[in-house]
Amino acid sequence: MTTGYSPSEMMVVAASRALSSDDVCFVGIGAPSAACNLARLTHAPGISLVYESGTIDTRPDVLPLSIGDGELCATALTTVPVAEMFQYWLQGGRITIGFLGAAQLDRFANINTTVIGSYDRPTVRLPGGGGAPEIASACQETYVIARHTPRVLVGMLDFVTSFGHGEGGDHRRRLGLTTRGPSLVVTDLCMLRPDDETKELTVVSLHEGVDPADVEEATGWPVRFAPGVERTPSPTDDELTVLRDLHRRTELAHGGPA
Amino acid sequence: MATIVPLQEAIATTVADGDTVAMEGFTHLIPFAAGHEIIRQGRRELTLVRMTPDLVYDQLIGAGCASKLVFSWGGNPGVGSLHRLRDAVEHDWPGPLELEEHSHAAMANAYWAGAAGLPFAPLRGYVGSDLRDVNPRIAEVTCPFTGESLAAVPALRPDVAIIHAQRADRDGNVLLEGIVGVQKEAVLAAARAVVTVEEIVDDLAAPSPNSIVLPRWAVDAVAVVPGGARPSYTSGYYDRDNAFYRAWDDISRDRDRFTAWIAEHVRREAP
Repeated sequence: MTTGYSPSEMMVVAASRALSSDDVCFVGIGAPSAACNLARLTHAPGISLVYESGTIDTRPDVLPLSIGDGELCATALTTVPVAEMFQYWLQGGRITIGFLGAAQLDRFANINTTVIGSYDRPTVRLPGGGGAPEIASACQETYVIARHTPRVLVGMLDFVTSFGHGEGGDHRRRLGLTTRGPSLVVTDLCMLRPDDETKELTVVSLHEGVDPADVEEATGWPVRFAPGVERTPSPTDDELTVLRDLHRRTELAHGGPA
Repeated sequence: MATIVPLQEAIATTVADGDTVAMEGFTHLIPFAAGHEIIRQGRRELTLVRMTPDLVYDQLIGAGCASKLVFSWGGNPGVGSLHRLRDAVEHDWPGPLELEEHSHAAMANAYWAGAAGLPFAPLRGYVGSDLRDVNPRIAEVTCPFTGESLAAVPALRPDVAIIHAQRADRDGNVLLEGIVGVQKEAVLAAARAVVTVEEIVDDLAAPSPNSIVLPRWAVDAVAVVPGGARPSYTSGYYDRDNAFYRAWDDISRDRDRFTAWIAEHVRREAP
C-alpha cells in the first residue's frame, strides 16, 4: 500500500469525490459526514448538506459528534422541526443523495443497523434504523460508506433495516419505489456499483495498492469485478490537508481524539 | 394552565408508575434534570418514548424505571452503544425491556398525528424493511384517492411529555429555539406537559414572530432548572459536553460502576 495516507482517508476522499455542488445531500453521522464536508471544503462548495436534526444548508467548521450538535444549527441557512424535515424535505422528494453508513451490508446494498443475531434475543443490539429506512427509499439515490471486512460486507444480513436493491433485479420497482436506491458503495479497499441488470454490487475501482485478492478475502460473498476495473486516484495533497485540518479542528472541539 | 413549581413537585404531580412518558429533545435540550428527578422519585414500569433514547434513557433504564421503550435510534451518538439499553435487551438487566421500534420518520409522524388529534399517521416509509415484521404497530393503508399503499403508525399520545427550553415568562409561556426536534409535537400530543427552563424572564422576547412559543395554556408545569439539559446543551446558554458523552461509554459499561455513578450523581444530588 502506498504510504502517506491511511485506508480510511482514502475511503473518505473517494466518497467525497462522488458529490457535486449541485447535490442536496442528506448526511449520516460519522464517515458520511466527513466525506460530505470534505467535498464542500474542496471541489463542491455549493453542495447543500442536510442533517436529520433539521439543519438545512449547514456549513460546520468542525464535524459534529452527534447529528444535532450546536455547530450544525449555528452554521445552517435554516433549522426546521424534525417532523417537517422528514415530511416535507425528505419524503417530499427534495434530496438528491442520501449518504449512509452500515454495520452490515449485503451484495444488493441492503443495510443492517438493528441487530446481530436474532431480533428477540440479539447477540449485539445495534442502535437501530434512525432516519435510514426512509433516507434509503426517499432520496433520489444513496451512497453507502463502510469498512471493508467480512463482518461488514456479509453474505446474509441478520436483519434488513434499510432496503437497498432487495433481492436484486427490479425488486425496488416491484415494491413501488421510483428512486434509484444505492448507486455507489465506497469502502477502504475499493468502490462498488450495482450491476445495471442484476443490481449486484460489482467492484468498479480498486484503491491504490489493493489487489483483487484483498477484496475477495474481505468480502463475505464471491464478489464480482467489472470488466476494466479502474484504479482509484490517490488522495491529492489538497484533499489530505483539508481532511486532516477538519479532523484536527474536530478533535480540539470535542476534547481529544475519538 | 401552566403553574411555575419546583422540579420535584412538577414530576411528583405529573408522572406516576406505569405512565407513558415522552422526554424529547433531539441532541439539543434533552431534559436530563427531569429524568434524574424521575429516578430519585423511584418511578417504575414506565413506558419511555423517545426518538433517540440517548444517555438520559440509558440512565432511566439502568436505574430500573422502565419496562418498555418506544424508540427509533438507540446509540450514544458518535461514540457507540448505550450499554444499559443493550444490557436490558440482551440480558434482561435490571429487568426485561419490551421494545417498540420505529424509524425516525415514523416517530416524528406519530407525534405529529398525536398533536393533530388524529388516530394514526400515514407515511411513505418502511419499504422493504424488516422492522415491519418485528413491530405489529407498523401497518399498511391504501390511499383512497390514488390506491397507493402507505405505511401507517398509531399516533403517539403520551401521558406526559417532558421537555427543556431556554426560557419562560412569569405566566408560563415557553420559548424554545435552535434544533427544536419534535418537542412541540410531543407537548401537544401528551395529556400533561412539563417544561424545565434555564430561566424565568419578565419578557419572553421571542426573537421572531415565527419563534417556537408554547402558550401557557398548552403546558401544565414549568420548573426553573439552570443547566437542566446538561450534558446535552441549551443553545445560547451552554455547549454540549461531548467529553462526558465519551466518558459515559466507560461509566455505563459496567453494572456496578453505573449504579455507583447514579447513586453519587443522581440519587444523592438534588438540583
